[in-house]
Amino acid sequence: MDINSLIILLPLFGAAIIGILGFVSESFRKQEALIGGLGTLMVAVPFGLILMNFLGYHEHPVHFRIFDWIVSGTINVSFGYTLDELSLLMGLIVTGVGSLIHIYSIGYMHGDKGYYKFFLYLNLFIFAMLNLILGDNMAVMFLGWEGVGACSYFLIGFWYEDMAKAAAAQKAFVANRIGDFAMLAAMFLIFDYTGKATGNYSLNFSDILGLDWAADSAPTFWVALLVFIAATGKSAQIPLYVWLPDAMAGPTPVSALIHAATMVTSGIYLISRLGEIFIHAEGVMAFIGIMGALTALLAALIAIAQNDIKKVLAYSTVSQLGFMFMALGAGAFTTAIFHVMTHAFFKACLFLGSGSVIHAMDHTHAVEDGQDIRTMGNLKKYMPATHITFFVSTLAIAGIPLFSGFFSKDEILGKVFANGLMGGEFIYYLVWIIGAFTAALTAFYMTRVYFLTFRGKERFNAHGHDPHESPATMTIPLYVLGFLAVVGGFVGLPEVFDHGHLNWISHHWLGHHGTVTMEHTEDLGHVSAGIEWALILFSSLIAIGGVYFAWNFYTKHDLEGDTIIKNKLGKLYDWMGNKFYVDELYEFVLIKPFVRAGTDVIMVFDKYVLDGIVNGIGSLTLFLADVFKRIQTGYVGNYALMIVAGVMILLTYLFFF
Amino acid sequence: MEIFEPNLYLYLSVSAVMFAIGTLGVLTRRNAIVIFMCVELMLNAVNLTLVTFSRFLDDAAGSMLVFFVMCVAAAEAVVGLAIIIALFRNKRDIDVNNFNLFKW
Repeated sequence: MDINSLIILLPLFGAAIIGILGFVSESFRKQEALIGGLGTLMVAVPFGLILMNFLGYHEHPVHFRIFDWIVSGTINVSFGYTLDELSLLMGLIVTGVGSLIHIYSIGYMHGDKGYYKFFLYLNLFIFAMLNLILGDNMAVMFLGWEGVGACSYFLIGFWYEDMAKAAAAQKAFVANRIGDFAMLAAMFLIFDYTGKATGNYSLNFSDILGLDWAADSAPTFWVALLVFIAATGKSAQIPLYVWLPDAMAGPTPVSALIHAATMVTSGIYLISRLGEIFIHAEGVMAFIGIMGALTALLAALIAIAQNDIKKVLAYSTVSQLGFMFMALGAGAFTTAIFHVMTHAFFKACLFLGSGSVIHAMDHTHAVEDGQDIRTMGNLKKYMPATHITFFVSTLAIAGIPLFSGFFSKDEILGKVFANGLMGGEFIYYLVWIIGAFTAALTAFYMTRVYFLTFRGKERFNAHGHDPHESPATMTIPLYVLGFLAVVGGFVGLPEVFDHGHLNWISHHWLGHHGTVTMEHTEDLGHVSAGIEWALILFSSLIAIGGVYFAWNFYTKHDLEGDTIIKNKLGKLYDWMGNKFYVDELYEFVLIKPFVRAGTDVIMVFDKYVLDGIVNGIGSLTLFLADVFKRIQTGYVGNYALMIVAGVMILLTYLFFF
Repeated sequence: MEIFEPNLYLYLSVSAVMFAIGTLGVLTRRNAIVIFMCVELMLNAVNLTLVTFSRFLDDAAGSMLVFFVMCVAAAEAVVGLAIIIALFRNKRDIDVNNFNLFKW
């Protein structure tokens, strides 16, 4: 068997071992170091294997196959995997960040009674995610797609005794189902189209992308639209984003791994993978761009008025995913993947940092809710490691020049602007304006959450139980991710440096060979260096301005700053604080009618029609039995007479007919 | 006399009459022993038919089958008489109309 198969099989093996031993053995469940170490190893080894493939990559994708799944006529669906530029990069992110978060979880989950279950689910998640990104056909991809959804459900509802958390898990699952429905419809369409176009039905990515997807034809349009709808579910865009903020009910490492770094980017991965189809559906592309921009703006506005540290980060994730969709909408697929990468670094770091903070705050026993930033402040004094990593990640997400987020976000805005300028599509200017405004908001609310947590007045009274720094298993991943959040952007230097030859990510890794060959914006030609410099300067100013303003504002007013903003914005602030009442709107427009339909229509139908049919068959049988049982008299003579009569009838029939 | 020449129809007629008598007996009599005897009569009517055809068609298979029927009839008589004795011990009576426990 191919050694690469271990990439897929090891996480599954880890999940099986931890699950079985944990289920049968009481003493194994207490071996936290063993469980954590095993779980981490099962992700770290695949990381090493992917890294080996990545370093030794020479323009030829590596294929490997575990076994054939469905073989029927010309259709052959197998558990086959491809390691090409895109899947290798995604694989590095998933297993790399995944390994770090496994290490972090060893410390974070210490003492939890579901310790082994947590690592079981994490390993299972990595297995499903690797199927999603490495699978060479849509069927395996879809298995992974569903698998990560299921693991996400398990992990959001990890502390399921709390009804609110169980409900959040259900909400995530249902919202994802809506997207999955679109995904299935897209797969059926693709399957049908490959069959009709070539006479050879197939779900392999290579076959699908090898087809001629005519511009603005019906199949192109519908496939692109349906895949995008599927992506709005998994990747939390309008209108299906509502599950992601609630998903923060899960343990914090889960928020970092699944709901920030990896699973929620699978929609972006899929659209990049099917980029050949999307660039031929211009209307859908513009739609994706504008939806991404609106999501980014909406989530950023909500984030400003949230007080739960994880809620702020959750909305900022939705917002950053919006940025990625803006890039996809502009046809800048490699740029979107670039932002996926930098976002994985700084957002995972931020989430893990927040986990460290929550850990410390809960430990003081001085606050009711360890996640409320209003009861924090001045944690810099107690938690130096968490503080410094959170700080650099905040600067990265805010887009301060030379930090990783700056390069990717600047490139997104640049590509969107170039699309407006060179393509002459007015809509992209709108996307660009919204994007730039959202970038400023991002700088503001991230600085706010950093400031209220780590600086300013100490707003809790610890009574001697001072918050303390987390153990090394938690701080080491923080340092690594923090470091990557600072330098990660240098793999994607802007065009102006040496005509893009220094942009490793688009020039060497993703750009010119393999799957993601096309950059729609490159077809349009380059904007001049002057404009490019202007754009870079502009986004730098936005970021620095946002951070500077927020910094001064909160230094001056501390927590009072929120009240000042509230008074300034008035009604709008209430709307932001209440998440624009989207949940309430869905409740009113969708859930209530469904429940009403269930109780008033379906239940009546069930009670009278369905139950009526079932009970009716029963009564009819009883009635007929009552009639016919009278034949059974118990007298032998009667039976003999019936036999003779029967014989006579048969004989008559045989003689005369 | 011509009329006593052995021919197929003569034998079959005897057999048919025996079978009819047996059937009527089974249907009309109430004494279990008599019903049993009537069943035997029917079986023997069938045996006669078999032997007749065996002779006239020159095929030994018919005669062979008769032995099987006799065996079955003997076995049946054993079981049947045992049942009748059991009935009699229970009710001091073998009128089949007095035994109708197996009814609705």
